[in-house]
Amino acid sequence: MARILLNDVRKSYAGNQVIHGITMEIADGEFVVIVGPSGCGKSTLLRMVAGLEAISAGTVEIGGKVVNDLEPRQRDIAMVFQNYALYPHMSVRENMAYGLKIAKLPKTEIEARVAKAATMLELEPYLDRKPRALSGGQRQRVAMGRALVREPAALLLDEPLSNLDAKLRVQMRLQIKEMHLRTGQTTLYVTHDQVEAMTLADRLIVMNKGVAEQIATPLEVYERPASEFVAGFIGSPAMNIFTVDAADGRVTLPGGAVLPLPVPRGGDLRLGLRPEHLRTAQPGEAAIPVVLRSVERLGADAFGYGMIEGSEVPMVLRLPGTSQLSRGDRVEAVPDPAHLHFFDPVSGRRIEG
Amino acid sequence: MAEPSPLAARGAGRLLAHFWMVLGVIVVAFPVYYVFVASTHSVQTILRPPLPLLPGPEAARNYSDAFSGGISRIGGVSLWRLLANTTIVAMGIALGKIAISMASAYAIVFFRFPLRMACFWLIFITLMLPVEVRIQPTYKVMVDLGLIDTYPGLILPLIASATATLLFRQFFMTIPDELLEAARVDGAGPWRFFKDILWPLSLTNVAAIFVIQFIYGWTQYLWPLLVTNSNEMNTIVIALKKMISFADADTPWNLVMVTSVLAILPPILVVVLMQRWFVKGLVETEK
Ligand SMILES: Nc1ncnc2c1ncn2[C@@H]1O[C@H](COP(=O)(O)OP(=O)(O)OP(=O)(O)O)[C@@H](O)[C@H]1O
Ligand SMILES: [Mg+2]
Repeated sequence: MARILLNDVRKSYAGNQVIHGITMEIADGEFVVIVGPSGCGKSTLLRMVAGLEAISAGTVEIGGKVVNDLEPRQRDIAMVFQNYALYPHMSVRENMAYGLKIAKLPKTEIEARVAKAATMLELEPYLDRKPRALSGGQRQRVAMGRALVREPAALLLDEPLSNLDAKLRVQMRLQIKEMHLRTGQTTLYVTHDQVEAMTLADRLIVMNKGVAEQIATPLEVYERPASEFVAGFIGSPAMNIFTVDAADGRVTLPGGAVLPLPVPRGGDLRLGLRPEHLRTAQPGEAAIPVVLRSVERLGADAFGYGMIEGSEVPMVLRLPGTSQLSRGDRVEAVPDPAHLHFFDPVSGRRIEG
Repeated sequence: MAEPSPLAARGAGRLLAHFWMVLGVIVVAFPVYYVFVASTHSVQTILRPPLPLLPGPEAARNYSDAFSGGISRIGGVSLWRLLANTTIVAMGIALGKIAISMASAYAIVFFRFPLRMACFWLIFITLMLPVEVRIQPTYKVMVDLGLIDTYPGLILPLIASATATLLFRQFFMTIPDELLEAARVDGAGPWRFFKDILWPLSLTNVAAIFVIQFIYGWTQYLWPLLVTNSNEMNTIVIALKKMISFADADTPWNLVMVTSVLAILPPILVVVLMQRWFVKGLVETEK
């Protein structure tokens, strides 16, 4: 168990920089999720911590020790790979024990640790099977077990659930959360799935093109996204973001309608409104006119997809599940003033209201 | 019940297919059978055509004579010694080739070092230089090293193998990167990765290459002929050649045939015994 410090960590491949200086402190026992779209550098960052990828600049510290020049085995880390990377010729038991055997732990200790992990992961019936005789979910648990028995300073996971079907993913997500609560293991977890990110993380690193756009708790990321990118990436369906012209407590919407809103400053602004923070207007209330193009009914909720009247700006609204609205209907939507997000149209950074 | 192969033909087509297969087997197997038949007759019967198609009554005598001195009388070296020589040479070549080609493939695939690709191409180019082409310089080197009439002299020039190196390289490249990375994270160094992970995964390939190279070594002709002067160091194939360089009537054909049978037998045994592994290594891509 240990603290991890990233200090202006950078990575270049042949002069082409893909990680642009990430600095953060991961507390002992913290569960940090690295989330971002494909190709943003999540795996690269994780692999630099693991020691599988050379660090081009900056330092990585694990447990108070700079590990830049250490081999993975000297860093006291364990890793779970996306495709599990189990040793195909070893039984489940041997797979889990292999790292401990190399570390020359006493036999009894190895057996005890493997038994403990097998119990926790419900793998006891499969201990003598080869990986090829296991289902995807079971293989995933073996990969988890192989990492856990090491009791490493830091546990690193690269999209460990992405090869599982939706139902199993939910199950394993809960199991991982529970396991973290039980072991208190410092964990760095890579995913592009925002539900995994929101539910598992103590803190999130939202990455975009090699830059950490925001490092904060899931709730903070949701409520106060630091940039337009984060706002659009976290939340489902995605936040509605469009350009408005602001002046004296009013904004002019793309279609020409005017809406009184507390604005941080005048001029062009990007306004972000989550679908769930829009309600239908009372008669006579100033609102955003939306023409619906389709309505998706999910049971409890329905989502109306349309455009702001008189413009091509798309707009998503959350509607009650019982809503009778359908294609072609006009809805008047009123934003919740407690959940307004303004971003600078040039830099994309959040403007505090 | 075995599943019908998708290629299984029906009716007339199947009959025709079987006809060709049986014909093929006869063409290949008949000479071998004929050698065996000849080894069970006396010289007189063999020399008086036509040779019978069925085994004769002299089998026990021919074989016991061959093993108990008959071959020594004509070739100056016992059959036992010939078999031992050939086994040592074939095993040495097969195991040596496997050791060397695995080591070079391991270096080329898993390590980054200067001139790595140059090394690869160098190995690749030697494919164009079989023993026959480099025979004169190789012979000179063996003479200078004093290896004429020794086992190393018989084995060493033949164990460098570009083919096996390429086969192992192809196989190693199918090992997923993440397996190597998992092993590194687990704390395995290069030696442990080879011993604990790569070697067990390569076993079927090793078996296949062993079979091929054992037979290659067993049937070597030109090089053993050159590098051995003393009869004591002959391999069985060379001894056969020496036995029949008498006038036809003087050749003890029954003993020659016994020797032939014994020259054919070990490769067949190796193939039969290792067949399961051999086929697995050639077709399987389990990982
Ligand atoms: N060996 C390499 N050589 C050159 N560029 C690389 C190399 N490995 C990764 N990259 C580049 O670095 C960037 C980040 O890659 P990385 O694998 O970290 O993305 P990721 O966020 O993990 O994406 P995904 O969600 O698809 O796994 C990508 O643009 C990729 O093309
Ligand atoms: Mg990745």
